[in-house]
Amino acid sequence: MTAEAPALAQASGVARRVSRRPRLRFTLLNRRDKVVLTLMVAIPTLIQLVLVWIPTVLSVLLSFVRWNGLAFSDLRPAGIANYEYIFSTYPSFWPALQHNLLWLVFLAVIATPIGLLLAILLDQNIRGSRIYQSIFFSPVMLSLVLIGVIWQLFYSQNNGLLNFLLGTSGTPQAVDWFGNPNLNIWAALIAATWRHAGYVMILYLAGLKGVDPSLREAASLDGANFFQTFFRVVFPVMRPINIVIVVITIIESLRAFDIVYIINGSKNGLELISALVIQFLVGEAQVIGIGSALAVVLLVVSLVPIVIYLSRIFKKEA
Amino acid sequence: MMSPRSYGAGGVPAMAIRRRTMLKGMVGGAGALAGLPLLSACGDDSGGGGSAGGTVSFGSNWSDEVPKKGIQAMMDAYGKGKVDINTVDHNSFQENINNYLQGGPDDVFGWFAGYRMQFFAEQGLIGDISDVWSDIGGGFSDAMKQQSTGKDGKQYFVPIYYYPWAVFYRKSVWQEKGYEPPATMDDFTKLAGQMKKDGLTPIAFCDSDGWPAMGTFDYINMRTNGYQFHMDLTAHKESWDQKKVKDVFDNWKQLLPYQSPDALGLTWQEGAQALGTGKAGMYLLGSFVTRQFTDPAVLADIDFFPFPEIAVEGTDSVEAPIDGLMLTKKGGDNQAARDFLAFMGSAAGQEAYFSVDTSNLMTVKDADTSSYTDFNKKLAGVITDAKHISQFFDRDALPAMANNVMIPALQSFLKDGTVDTANLEAQAKALYAAQ
Repeated sequence: MTAEAPALAQASGVARRVSRRPRLRFTLLNRRDKVVLTLMVAIPTLIQLVLVWIPTVLSVLLSFVRWNGLAFSDLRPAGIANYEYIFSTYPSFWPALQHNLLWLVFLAVIATPIGLLLAILLDQNIRGSRIYQSIFFSPVMLSLVLIGVIWQLFYSQNNGLLNFLLGTSGTPQAVDWFGNPNLNIWAALIAATWRHAGYVMILYLAGLKGVDPSLREAASLDGANFFQTFFRVVFPVMRPINIVIVVITIIESLRAFDIVYIINGSKNGLELISALVIQFLVGEAQVIGIGSALAVVLLVVSLVPIVIYLSRIFKKEA
Repeated sequence: MMSPRSYGAGGVPAMAIRRRTMLKGMVGGAGALAGLPLLSACGDDSGGGGSAGGTVSFGSNWSDEVPKKGIQAMMDAYGKGKVDINTVDHNSFQENINNYLQGGPDDVFGWFAGYRMQFFAEQGLIGDISDVWSDIGGGFSDAMKQQSTGKDGKQYFVPIYYYPWAVFYRKSVWQEKGYEPPATMDDFTKLAGQMKKDGLTPIAFCDSDGWPAMGTFDYINMRTNGYQFHMDLTAHKESWDQKKVKDVFDNWKQLLPYQSPDALGLTWQEGAQALGTGKAGMYLLGSFVTRQFTDPAVLADIDFFPFPEIAVEGTDSVEAPIDGLMLTKKGGDNQAARDFLAFMGSAAGQEAYFSVDTSNLMTVKDADTSSYTDFNKKLAGVITDAKHISQFFDRDALPAMANNVMIPALQSFLKDGTVDTANLEAQAKALYAAQ
C-alpha cells in the first residue's frame, strides 16, 4: 500500500529530487532567500541545541559526578558509582523498569485497541457522535489536579465510588486500590487507559474520515463483510496513522508519570523511571549524580524505539 | 511541618504548582535543571545589601490557611517597618529551596530547625544572627537555642512555634472502655490487643504520604537506643547495618498487627477521621492533627500520652519539629530584617501567632500562656520536661535519605515486616557521599 502513504512518500520523493540536483536548486535562490532560509534553519537548530542537546550532554556528564548542586567546587568525579547505585543498590529501579514495560504492553494491547474500537463505533454516523467524541476526548484535556481528584473519588478505600458500588465501602473488606502494591498499578493503568484511549480515538477518527469511500465500496462489491473490509482494506490504508499511534503509545508509556505521581508520589508498587528521575533531580532530596544517571538510563531506553522507527523510515526513503 | 502530599486542604494547589516545576524538569532535562542554580549563582553577590529604609522582604512558606493568617497576625503586630510578604506554596517552597537561596531570595524566609538549617548555614547561604540572639536569647530554653545553632556554634534560626508528636486518643472512648495510658511498650501492646478484641483499630496508621511512618520509627529508635543514637544515625555517623537498627524494627514488629491493615493507602487525614469517629483507639502524629477536628466537642475530647518507654532514657526525648525564620545571606546587611526577626522571636510576636493558630505551641518561655487550653498546657509540659528534642527524621537526616530511601524502606517494612539493613547502609553511603 505504498501508494497510500501520500505525505511521507511525497516528502521523501521531493527530498531525493533535491539531493540529486543540488546545484540547480541552489542557483534558484537569491541572496535574500538564502538569508531567510539560513535563519529559519539556524534558529530552531539553536533552540533545539540549547534546550535539548546541551542539557542531554550535561546530564550524561553529570551522571559521572558527585555534586550537591550548590557550588562548582563541590563537584567531584564519581566514576560509575552512580550507575552501580542504580543497578545494584537502589531497590526501586528494577521494579520501575518492569512497571514501564508493563505500561507499554498494557497501552499497546488494551488501551490502543479500545481507542480504535471507539473510533470505529463513532465513525458509524450514530446520533450524538460529537457528544460522545467530546466525552471520550475530555480526559486528554483535563489538568493533573482534576485527574487526581477524579480518581481519588473513584478509588478511595473509605469514601470511593468503586468500593461503594462493590458494597464494601466502610467495611474491612473494602479494597485498597491505591495502597495495595499488587493492585495499585492496575488501578493506575486503568486511569491511564481512560486518557490514552481518548487520544487514540481522535487520531483514528481523523484517519477513518480520510479513507477514500470508494475503497469501501469496492470491497463491498467484492463481497467483503464488515470485518474483512476493515482489517484487509481500511486498516492497512491508515498506515501513516498507525505509525503515529505506535510512536505515541511508546512515548506515552515511557513518559508515564502524572497519574502515578498524583496517586502516591510514585512509591509502593507504582515506581516508574520518569518519576524516579524527578525524585532525584527536583526538590530538596536532590542527588544530581544519581538523578542524571537515571535520566541517562531513561534516554537509552527511549532511544531503542526511536532508532528502530527512524531506521525504518530512512530505509524506505533510501 | 511537611504538609499533606495528597488531597488535604493545602494539597491540591500544591500539586498544581509542583507540576509546573516538574514539567520544566521534563522539558529541560537533567542538565538544564542542574544549570539553573549555576546561572543564578553568578549574579548573586551583586544583589547584596538588601533593601534599605526599614523594608523587609519575607519569603513565607506558610501557605495553608490557618498558619498564613497566623503569620499575618505577627506582621500586623510588628508595626515598625514595612514587610513585603511573598507567600509560596509550602511544598513548592521546600522543593525549590536550593534555587531559591542561590537566586534572589528575600531577606527573611520561613524554614525548619535541624540538619537542613545547618547544611545551608555551612554552605554560607544564611546570615548569622548571633547578635539577634544576644537580645532574644534569654527568652528561649537551652534546647531551643541548641536547635537554632549551626555546626560552627553561631545562631542562624529564630523559632516561632513547634508541635510535639505524641499518641492521641479520645477521652470518652477510653473512659467507656476503661483504658489507661500505657507507660511501657508491654503495656502499650497489651492495650492494643485489648482494643483489637473490643473491635477497634488499635493504632491508626496512615502512610500513603510516606512521611508519617518516620514518626513511629524515630520514637521507637529513641526509646530503644537513645537520643544521641538518633542524631548519629540521621547524620550517618552510625551504620544502618547493625543490631541497634534491627532492634528498632524488631520492636516495631510487635505493633504491626495492631496498626491499620491498609496503612499504605491511607492519608494522614483519614487517620484523623478514624480517630475522630472513634473507630481507631490511638494515633501517633504531630499535634497538628488537632486541626482536623473541626467539631469543638470532638476537639475537647482529644487527649494524648507520650510514646511509652522501651529500653533507655524513659520518655526523655520528644519529637517536636520547630518551624521558624532564617536570614538569607542577602538580607544579612539589612538591619530592618534583624529587627523583624527579633520581634518574631519575642513574646509579643508569638502571642500574635498563637491567637490564630492554637494547634502549635509558642517557643518563647515568657510568652503569655493564659490563653492555653488544658490540652495546650499538657503539650507544653511534655516539652518542658523533655531532656532532648528531636526534629523529625526528614529534618534531622539528609533529605535524599529521608525521601528516597527511608520512605520506600518503611513502606516495604509495613507491607511484610522485613527490612534489609545492609541495603539501607549501602544506600546511605552512596547518598551521604554525594553531599
